[in-house]
Amino acid sequence: MKNAKLVVLFIVIFTTMSYVGPDHKEIQGFTDQVIQHGAVGEDVIELQARLQYLGFYNGNIDGVFGWGTYWALRNFQYEFGLEVDGLAGRQTKDKLVQASEYDKAYVKEQIQQGNDFTHYGGMDNQQQTDQPNNQAENQGANPNDTPGNETGEPIEPTAVNIPAGFSQNDIKIMANAVHGEARGEPYEGKVAVAAVILNRVESPTFPNTASGVIFEPRAFTAVSDGQIWLTPDDSARRAVLDAINGMDPTGEALYYFNPDTATSDWIWSRPQIKRIGKHIFCK
Amino acid sequence: MLRWTLITLLSIAVIGVAVWGYKEHQEKNAILIQAENSYQRSFHDLAYHMDLLHDKIGSTLAMNTREQLSPQLAEIWRLTSLAHGDVGQLPLVLMPFNKTEEFLSQMGDFSYRTAIRDLEQKPLSEEEVETLDSLYQMSGEIESELRKVQNMVLTDNLRWMDVQLALVDNEEQADNTIIDGFQTVEKTVEGYSEGQLNASLMGTSSKKDSYSSLGEEKISENEAEEKMKELLKVENDTEFNIASTGEGADVPLYSGSYHGDNRSGYVDLTQQGGYPIQIMISREVNDKKISLHEGMNKAQEYLHEHNFDEVELLESNQYDNVGVFHFVPSSDDVLIYPDAIQVKVALDDGEVIGFVAKDFFENHHDRTIADASLSEEEAKEKVNPNLKIQEHHLAVIENDLGEEILAYAFLGQLNQDTYKIFINAEDGREERVEKLKKAEMKYD
Repeated sequence: MKNAKLVVLFIVIFTTMSYVGPDHKEIQGFTDQVIQHGAVGEDVIELQARLQYLGFYNGNIDGVFGWGTYWALRNFQYEFGLEVDGLAGRQTKDKLVQASEYDKAYVKEQIQQGNDFTHYGGMDNQQQTDQPNNQAENQGANPNDTPGNETGEPIEPTAVNIPAGFSQNDIKIMANAVHGEARGEPYEGKVAVAAVILNRVESPTFPNTASGVIFEPRAFTAVSDGQIWLTPDDSARRAVLDAINGMDPTGEALYYFNPDTATSDWIWSRPQIKRIGKHIFCK
Repeated sequence: MLRWTLITLLSIAVIGVAVWGYKEHQEKNAILIQAENSYQRSFHDLAYHMDLLHDKIGSTLAMNTREQLSPQLAEIWRLTSLAHGDVGQLPLVLMPFNKTEEFLSQMGDFSYRTAIRDLEQKPLSEEEVETLDSLYQMSGEIESELRKVQNMVLTDNLRWMDVQLALVDNEEQADNTIIDGFQTVEKTVEGYSEGQLNASLMGTSSKKDSYSSLGEEKISENEAEEKMKELLKVENDTEFNIASTGEGADVPLYSGSYHGDNRSGYVDLTQQGGYPIQIMISREVNDKKISLHEGMNKAQEYLHEHNFDEVELLESNQYDNVGVFHFVPSSDDVLIYPDAIQVKVALDDGEVIGFVAKDFFENHHDRTIADASLSEEEAKEKVNPNLKIQEHHLAVIENDLGEEILAYAFLGQLNQDTYKIFINAEDGREERVEKLKKAEMKYD
C-alpha cells in the first residue's frame, strides 16, 4: 500500500514536471490524430497503457490497435457515457487522460528492454514487469531514474499488422521469390509474380501453401538456381503485401514465362492473358 | 636441377588437382543422389497413396452402415491430400499433369463434403453414389497406369533427374519413359469426360454470370487511354503504354502503365463500360504525416468521387506508412461482402495509391435481399454462449458452395481473441467462424 502511494507520488511529480517543460496547453501526451482500428504507433501505446490502467484492456501493450484494444475502447466509451464508436477522438482522449495515468518513462523503458509488462493502475510497477535478465534489476520501476527519456526518440511499437492468413515469415519467403523472379521488372511486374503465387495457392492443381507453391520442383527458375536467396529489396516486400491485399494485375493467371528464354512448347499453348514487363502471363 | 624441381612441383599440382576434382565429383554425386532419392520417395509414395485411395473408395461403395461411412470418407479426404502433396514434390510443373491433380482435388472436395454431412439425416443420393462409382473407376485407371510407370522405373533403374533434364531441354521428350508414362496417366483421366462427373456434386464451382453489371458498350482504346491518364493524374504528353488482354482473360481489359522517374502507375480498365478494376501507383512513401483515420476519410472521399456511394469500412490496417482499407457496399444496412473494394492510401500526404474493385465488378449484380426470417435474438442463440458478443450486422456472404446467402455477422470475444461468426438468417446454420487476426510480434 505504502509502495503504491509512493509510486503515485512519483507519478504526480513526474507529470507535473512534464507540464512545466515545453509550452503545451494540453495536459495529454496524445497527438491530435483520431486513432482508429488498425493504427500503429506511439499514440496507440499510450491508448493501450491508459486503457489498461483503468482495467479495460488486458492484452499486451504493443502499439498496434487490434481488436482487443477496439473492444476495450468501446467498453470505456460505454462506461464513461461517451458515444460508442471505437474511435479515439478528442473527447474520448480527454476523458481518458482525466481518468487515467500514463507512466511514459516506465512504458518506454519496458518496451526498449523487451520486457513482458503490464500497466495497471494502483499496482507497483515493479510487480508488473517480468524482466528476463538480472542486469536490468535496478533500472525497474522508478520513472525519475531516467528523466532523459521524456524528450527522446519515439517509442517503437513491438508488433506489426499482418494480413489475415499470413505471417511475417510467409511474406519474407514470398518477397524472396518475387525478388529472385522479377528483379528489374517494373513494380506491377513484381506484384504480378506475387499474384501468380497466390493464385496458385488458391488453385486446386497446385499445392495449398505459399511455400509449397514456391518450392515445387521446377516451378520457379529463381528457386532452382538459388537466386531466391538473394536479399529482397523493399519493393518486393511491398509488392507481396499489395498482392495479398487483392491486387492482381495478371487477371488470375497461373503461369508466366519469359518469351525470350522459354523452351517449352506447352507453355506457349496456354491461353495468354497479357504481357507485363518481360513476362507473358497465362491461364 | 631446375627441371626436376619444376617437374616435382607440377606433378604435385596435377595430383592435387586430381584429388580435388575427384572430391568435387563425389560431392556432386552425393547431392544428386540425395535429390534423386527425394524424388523417388515422393513418386513411390504417390503410387502407394493412389493404391490405398482406390481401395478405400471401393470399400466405401460396398459399405452400408452410416457410422462406418463418415470416417471412411474422412480417410479418403486425407489420402487425396497426401497424394496431392506427393505430386507437388515431383518435377512435373512444366508438364501437363493438371487433370490428375484436378481429380485429386475433386475427390477431396467430394469426400470432405459428404464426410461432414450427417449421413443419418441425408444419406448419399443415387447421383452421389454414381459419382463415387466413376471416381472409383478413375482412380483405378490412374492406379494401374502409375503402377506401370513404377514398374518401369524399378526394372530399368530410371532416374527422375533425367526427367528433370529432359523437361529442361525439351527435346520433344521423345524417349523419356517416365514422362511418357505420366502422359498416359493424364490421357486416361482426360478420357473421363466431364459429363460423367456431375459438376454440381464435385464442388468445382460452376461460375456464375460474372462481370454481369458491366453492360455491353465497349470503349475504344483512345477513350481508355484518356480515362487512364485521368485516373493516374498524369499529363497528356506522358509516354503511356496501353494494351488489350488476350484470349485467356476472364473479362476483356485494357491495361495501361507509365514509368516516370520517381513514380510509376498501372491501371486495368474493363473494355465494356470502361470501369477501373485496379489502379496502382508506385512511389516512395515518406514519413507518416497523417493519421490512419484521416487516411480513411481520404479513401472514402475517393470512393465517393468514383460513385461508390454507400460503402462501409470493414477493416483498416496500417502497414509502415500506408493505410489499407477494406470496404464493402451496403444496401439497407446489409453489408454485401462479395462486392469488396480495397483502397490503399499513402499516409505522408493522403494520396490514394492503390484501388482494387475486381471483386466488386465481378460479383456485383442487382440483388433482391429477402428479409431475414430469423430475428437477431434467435440467431444469437445459435452462437456459442461463451462468446461475448460485442457487435452485429446483417450481411450477404458466399457460403462454402459459392452461393450468396443472407447471414447475421456477430463479432465477439472469447478469452483474448476476437471472432466473427456468420449465422444463416434463414435457417440458423452456423455458416462460418473466423478468428480475426492479431498483430504479430516483431522478431528483429
